[in-house]
Amino acid sequence: MELGKVVELLGGTVVVSKKDGAFDITAVCTTDMMSDVLRFARRGELLVTSLNQPQVIRTAEIADIPVVVVVLGKKIGKEMIEMAEKMSITLLSTSLPMFTVCGMLYAKGLKSCVNGR
Amino acid sequence: MGDNKGPVEGCFQLMGGAFANAGTASSELKIVLTNLGVPQDITRRAAIAAFEAEMNVIIHAIAGTLHYEITPERIHIDITDMGPGIEDIELAMREGYSTAPDWVREMGWGAGMGLPNIRKNADTFKIDSVPGEGTTLEIDIFLSGGRNADNK
Ligand SMILES: Nc1ncnc2c1ncn2[C@@H]1O[C@H](COP(=O)(O)OP(=O)(O)O)[C@@H](O)[C@H]1O
Ligand SMILES: [Mg+2]
Repeated sequence: MELGKVVELLGGTVVVSKKDGAFDITAVCTTDMMSDVLRFARRGELLVTSLNQPQVIRTAEIADIPVVVVVLGKKIGKEMIEMAEKMSITLLSTSLPMFTVCGMLYAKGLKSCVNGR
Repeated sequence: MGDNKGPVEGCFQLMGGAFANAGTASSELKIVLTNLGVPQDITRRAAIAAFEAEMNVIIHAIAGTLHYEITPERIHIDITDMGPGIEDIELAMREGYSTAPDWVREMGWGAGMGLPNIRKNADTFKIDSVPGEGTTLEIDIFLSGGRNADNK
């Protein structure tokens, strides 16, 4: 799924947009634990989280995750934005809760990061 | 990297509790590996192992260093800290075991997946710890002839 489609589907806001961001997202990792991202997520996946910490961006960068969606309209602070800009991570915000975001993405055929389960 | 310029090295100081810059050393290592043309999968494994080890110093120890050395054969990373050390290494290596306090968990750390995931991403992994003194990790990721786990 293209980034534009994800934004449209989730009614989200693009907080930071990577310049040459042509994505085809096929799988999603959903967690608030950074070590789970590092253990289970695979390159090129979308991360859905309710954590609004700069560490989320660092973790995405280390794990080759190009797009992070922060749910529940959590306030995204200056530090997190600056880190996303520096690391070329696309950062989206949506007011929808985690359950709904995941349900919508699932219904569009996206897979889980955990061996497709 | 096949030239005879010798190993590429770097060393970083790590401070316990310094969350604002946590991960800088591992991000730098990732950039170096990428610039050297190391395959993405291997770079990613090295970055993940380094990052979990770096975070353990930030979260659990007082101060430490992360040192890396890259040769045509391998990426070597050693992380040494002064800190509480680990009483029971076997227990600490178990998935889900964590002594991280709640405030650390609220920042997204403390899942107890760090040490096992370091071992998983490394080709060779060594951990030594002296309770009351500190912990040392040695990680090797092979650049030639190694497996290519990529977290599968
Ligand atoms: N550098 C360290 N110094 C002291 N204790 C450590 C260190 N690294 C790991 N530990 C201990 O091992 C446990 C498991 O580590 P890890 O698997 O990385 O999980 P986590 O860091 O999420 O707790 C930690 O909770 C801690 O008790
Ligand atoms: Mg850890």
